[in-house]
Parts: sequence; C-alpha cells; structure tokens
Amino acid sequence: MNAILDWAIHFATLCFALSMVFGTVRLIIGPAAPDRVLALDAVYINGMLGALVLGIRFGTTVYFDIALLIGLFGFVGATAMAKFLLRGEVIEP
Amino acid sequence: MNGAELSPWIALPAAALLVLGGLLGLLGALGLLRLSDFYARIHAPTLANTLGAGCVLIASILVSSAIAERPVVHEVLITLCVILSSPVTAMLLMRAAVYRDR
Repeated sequence: MNAILDWAIHFATLCFALSMVFGTVRLIIGPAAPDRVLALDAVYINGMLGALVLGIRFGTTVYFDIALLIGLFGFVGATAMAKFLLRGEVIEP
Repeated sequence: MNGAELSPWIALPAAALLVLGGLLGLLGALGLLRLSDFYARIHAPTLANTLGAGCVLIASILVSSAIAERPVVHEVLITLCVILSSPVTAMLLMRAAVYRDR
C-alpha cells in the first residue's frame, strides 16, 4: 500500500516543480509589474507545498518549519511589493 | 518511505489528496502562464493557494499523525497563515493593477 503513496508523492513533487517552472516563465516574460509580483507569489506558494510534500516523503518535521517560514516570508514580500506598486512607498510616515 | 507500517486507511486517502493537490497546483500555474489578461490571470493561482494547499496540508496531517501515532495538527498553522494572507495579497495586487491602469 505504501507503493501507491510513494507514487503519489513523486507525482506531487513533479507537479509542484513544473508549477514553479511555469511561474518562473511568467515572472520573466510578465508584461507589467503586477504580473511579476503575482508570479512570485505563486512560485512561493508552490515551493511551500513542495517542501510539505518532501516532509511527507522523508517523515521529518524539519520541512514543516521550512514551509512555515516560506509562507510567512512570501506573504510579507508579496504584500510589500504590492504596496510599493500601489503607493510608491512601502512604509508611509 | 519511512518503513512499511502505514495502514491502507491512511495511505490511500493521503495518496488521493496528494495527487489532487498536485493537479490543482499544476492547473493554477498553467492558468497563470496561459491566460491572456492580468485580470484573468489573477484568478488562476488562487486555486493552487486555497484548494491545493488544503489538500496537501490534510495529507500531511494524516501521514504525520499516523507516523507519530497521535494527532499532529501543527499544519493547521500553515493553513491559517495561507488562508489569512492569500486574499490580502490578491486584493492589494488587484488594487495596484487598477490604480496603474487608470
């Protein structure tokens, strides 16, 4: 029964890696700045999910901490860049 | 994998949730790559953000609870973080795009 789970883990890892590749392509060719920020946010989320799948694969909780940090920093980075695009300044006096 | 002790009642739902989450993430990234407009493009990764992340997190909760033989629910932290932060980012990006298009 573990063969099915192993196959599913490999499939999910492949899917998230391919999603990160697609997001990177959009990050490079994106016509405007909001496209690039959106693509960076998508790459962050997909990387976080890939780290979680690796945590299932190896059975440790280290990858959970990595995923939590990636999620937090992805949110902070995307919000700061969106605020910069909106107002031209991140922290207003 | 970590030994051969996972029962089918854990392994089968976890495998199904992982495949579903991977397909949803791939679908979101494909929409991000292929859609034509920014206002259409912003819809695609929300699928990966909410449903795909939920599927993978439930699978992770199942497997780590089965390995530790007790309920392990610290993945709920990531769920809360993603659910709270994803609409905020989408709303700010949308407002920035509308502001820059005017």
